[in-house]
Amino acid sequence: MSEKKLPIWLRAYGLAAYLYIYVPILILMVFSFNTMKLNIRWEGFTFRWYGVLFNDQQVILATRNTLIIAALSTLVATILGTMAALALHRYRFPGYNVSETVMYIPIVIPEVIMGISLLVLFVILKFQLGLLTIILAHIAFNIPFVALVVRARLHGYDNAIDEAAMDLGANELTTFRRVTLPTIMPGVLSGALLAFTLSLDDYVITYFTAGPGSTTLPLRVFSMVRFMVTPEVNALSTIWVVAVFLVLLAGQIAQSRRT
Amino acid sequence: MSAREASAPPHRRNAVLDRLRESRIFQGLALISPANIYLFFFMILPLAMIVVLSFQSRGSYGEVVFRFNATNYTRLLDPVYARILVYSLGVGLGTTVITMLIGYPLAYYIARSPARQRSLLLFLILVPFWTNFVIRIYAWIMILRGGGLLDSLLQWLGITQEPLGLLYTPTAVMIGMVYEFLPFMVLPLYTSLEKIENALLEAAADLGAPPWRAFLRVTLPLSVPGMIAGTILVFIPAMGMFVLPDLMGGAKTLLIGNVIRNQFLTARDWPFGAAASMILMLMTLLLTLYYTRRAGFSEDLLV
Repeated sequence: MSEKKLPIWLRAYGLAAYLYIYVPILILMVFSFNTMKLNIRWEGFTFRWYGVLFNDQQVILATRNTLIIAALSTLVATILGTMAALALHRYRFPGYNVSETVMYIPIVIPEVIMGISLLVLFVILKFQLGLLTIILAHIAFNIPFVALVVRARLHGYDNAIDEAAMDLGANELTTFRRVTLPTIMPGVLSGALLAFTLSLDDYVITYFTAGPGSTTLPLRVFSMVRFMVTPEVNALSTIWVVAVFLVLLAGQIAQSRRT
Repeated sequence: MSAREASAPPHRRNAVLDRLRESRIFQGLALISPANIYLFFFMILPLAMIVVLSFQSRGSYGEVVFRFNATNYTRLLDPVYARILVYSLGVGLGTTVITMLIGYPLAYYIARSPARQRSLLLFLILVPFWTNFVIRIYAWIMILRGGGLLDSLLQWLGITQEPLGLLYTPTAVMIGMVYEFLPFMVLPLYTSLEKIENALLEAAADLGAPPWRAFLRVTLPLSVPGMIAGTILVFIPAMGMFVLPDLMGGAKTLLIGNVIRNQFLTARDWPFGAAASMILMLMTLLLTLYYTRRAGFSEDLLV
């Protein structure tokens, strides 16, 4: 679109919209330094709540669980999702349309239904609810997202370069390892990043598939918000927002370097 | 191909197997099968179980009694549940409309900004988008609760004397929903607005169209794919939402998502919860089908 000077009302609107988005988050962060435990109004400055947070065993356990779940589910979903994207991009086979449609299920079906349906499955199969069931569930909703992202990046991929490699004597495996994979790597990485973040962030599906001892950070934040609104929750939220900010910033910088 | 011949000793070469390995169909199936098998067991099969469950009944101990019947569906017509369904539909549509009204000018502003600012502006939309949504709800709880920041501000300004008591009302739920889903609307809208070529707008101006008419006749129609993608990305999760009413709506605001959750976890009436899920799925699928028929599923959904 055009780059003409924007009308003043549009710029004022833009500013107001960004204030609307950021003021609540900034308030949240500021009040993590509040001395008042009830955290209703500002009393004084302290770092105390960060100390409380770092010694909170439940938060530490939840962080560990969250990272294990995100790492394992991302690994499996990235491999299966990339394979599926390659299949959908390059090949035609029986059941193609069905395979393609299945990839849209997590977008068009509300999470609560995914959650309860997996709960029913695990209960019927007599799986003990815990880390394993959460990981299995996260892989399920992540495969389609990885496949969609990788496939979108494959859009301009020219299959002729693979054929060229094969003509020069490389077998399928070498061609994949030396030609295909390096070319699609940025897409695979952004698919993996999406999967990792979706897993870190997921509340709904985790809520239905978690068991005792497998609490994740989003579940922990929820019960903290519900039962004890102290600045400790604000401290945890502040760290979360800052972490997201830094990861996105790193991604942005990496992307602008590449282009 | 020399490399392949070298890897397989001639006397063990199996012509049939080789033909199979080289077949495009076989290669495609080999790549897609792991994902398909996984998704069959952990997505399709569970959803099929919900379909079957919705036609069974609950036994007196909360167990499932397998006898085909449709009473769960007729129960959903009961005024109590019918009202919740209509209310959920209203919240879903309301959230979609309000986020579009707020989000469209914002996406337009980002798309019209100079290229260098644009990536920063987009980045600033992505940060809340990636921030955990319970945290974003919590920010609004701090603002809206009785004696909270909004009350303090209004009293300090002398506008009100008493606390507004906004938290735990339907209004609070709407405020939370709109804040929650705004980025889901802005990103696809931006994607389609950004694609519109300046030449088209210049052509409209050259042909004598005032800016408002160029907007109505050029920009708006070309941004329809973004509006559709945004609607799908907002309406579907808004319809199924149960966390936000839990935290901000108190006991007064129940959405269909809350009913489903309660039937599965507290009331332990799985068949009835499954029937409610089927209705929710039906509503979201109808919307998606209606829209994708008109526009086709596009990459605008990928943000």
